[in-house]
Amino acid sequence: MIAAGSTIAVVLAIVVLVPLAPGWEAVQRSFFNGEVFAATFPGLLNAFMLDVAIFLWCAPAIALLGLLIALCRDVRSPALFPLRMFGALYTDIFRGLPVILVIYLVGFGVPGLGLPRPWNSPYIWGSLALILVYAAYVAEVIRSGIDSIHQSQRSAAASLGLSEGDTMRFVVLPQAVRNVAPANMNLFIALQKDVALLSFIGPVEIFRQAGVYKSLMANFTPYVGAALIFLAITIPATRYADYLLHKQRRRQR
Amino acid sequence: MRGKLELTNVWKSFGDHQVCRGVDLSVGAGQMVCLIGASGSGKSTLLRCMNLLEPIDEGAIHLDGQDISEPGLDPQPIRTRIGIVFQSYNLFPHMTAAQNVMLAPRRVLGKTPAEMAGPVEALFARFGLADRMDHYPDQLSGGQQQRVAIIRALAMSPEIMLFDEITSALDPELVGEVLDVLRQLRHEGMTMVLATHEMSFARELADTVCFLDGGRIIEQGPPEAIFAAPREARTRAFLERVL
Repeated sequence: MIAAGSTIAVVLAIVVLVPLAPGWEAVQRSFFNGEVFAATFPGLLNAFMLDVAIFLWCAPAIALLGLLIALCRDVRSPALFPLRMFGALYTDIFRGLPVILVIYLVGFGVPGLGLPRPWNSPYIWGSLALILVYAAYVAEVIRSGIDSIHQSQRSAAASLGLSEGDTMRFVVLPQAVRNVAPANMNLFIALQKDVALLSFIGPVEIFRQAGVYKSLMANFTPYVGAALIFLAITIPATRYADYLLHKQRRRQR
Repeated sequence: MRGKLELTNVWKSFGDHQVCRGVDLSVGAGQMVCLIGASGSGKSTLLRCMNLLEPIDEGAIHLDGQDISEPGLDPQPIRTRIGIVFQSYNLFPHMTAAQNVMLAPRRVLGKTPAEMAGPVEALFARFGLADRMDHYPDQLSGGQQQRVAIIRALAMSPEIMLFDEITSALDPELVGEVLDVLRQLRHEGMTMVLATHEMSFARELADTVCFLDGGRIIEQGPPEAIFAAPREARTRAFLERVL
């Protein structure tokens, strides 16, 4: 009740006071221009479909590669120590680099080797850059999930004669992946935003399209439109991840 | 005469801490051996060594005359012959009771679900859990979970069952139902080794009772002898405390 009252008061104050501020008209013309918004929004939405497509083919590849790297880091046999080292090195490197640097390096660099079409497409190499980076983060999250499974679960599986591979596959991983689902969800929300970085190497996705409109119309409203489209996806997704986390905490208590 | 399971001078330490210090123990086929002693006396570790969950540092463990403590030996086939049940149940929480029981027979023994359905159902029915097969562990009471854990171990048709203080984590009113299961197994002639604090149960059913202290078996013998006329002062002191 008090919260609702104070919220209404603050909103009212903003609605009444902000337009009174000096320069508001210029701000409105440049950022919140209704005509420009109406003219560009359908085009932005269209361009956003490309973001969605890139996201959709990257996400499964990231999940798979992340899982493989996480498993590499968990191998216990001394003979497989190189795998373990590879996993550690991989996550160290790709978590340690700015995403944009990897995108430039792979997305510009590899096609620059003179590959024939269609193998020089920035879609392929840009997506690969995102996959490489995000797989490192997903691998770390899954590994923390694997670590969170109590040793007694492995003992129980071993005492039944299950092999280490079966123990991982049927006992540890299903629990681990479920435990870290909210954390992974947050990573994929971040990925959805970082798809926009591919615009720097070519693909005309929503961020690039907004830039084109901005130059054409000398107006920043298309960026605001693009921002609204991102938020329409990320806010519900973030809330859902929070809900998952909350549900999980309750279950663990 | 050699026992089914034979421990000879078994030593085991974790870091500097010596948990088993030269244990000799013989378990005959169809026998029930109870290990008693204070917490930290090495009972649990000894059981884990028998199941090869812990490698031993010195000594030997023979199963039917085969040395199973040899380093480099594949522990898997041995573990399918020796079942163990833990104090904390250790059921797989993401599987139903029936799935918990069927995982190892399916993956290790290569049985199909169709083959298993009958025998598994019979096992659940035998231990009064026929209507709980499709429940998840967190939907079961502690006593029910522990009985599922016993069924899970039995589903591998082991030759020996090890029980590691399986009633210690249970509410007192649930202990009886689990002990009844052990009684039933005893009458069916299962070879069993128990680490237990249930003295009256050990007295009632054990063939041999071993009192452990400081990682050694201080005294062993038939329950009447151990409980009624212990020879060692430490055994007497322990029994006075717990009885």
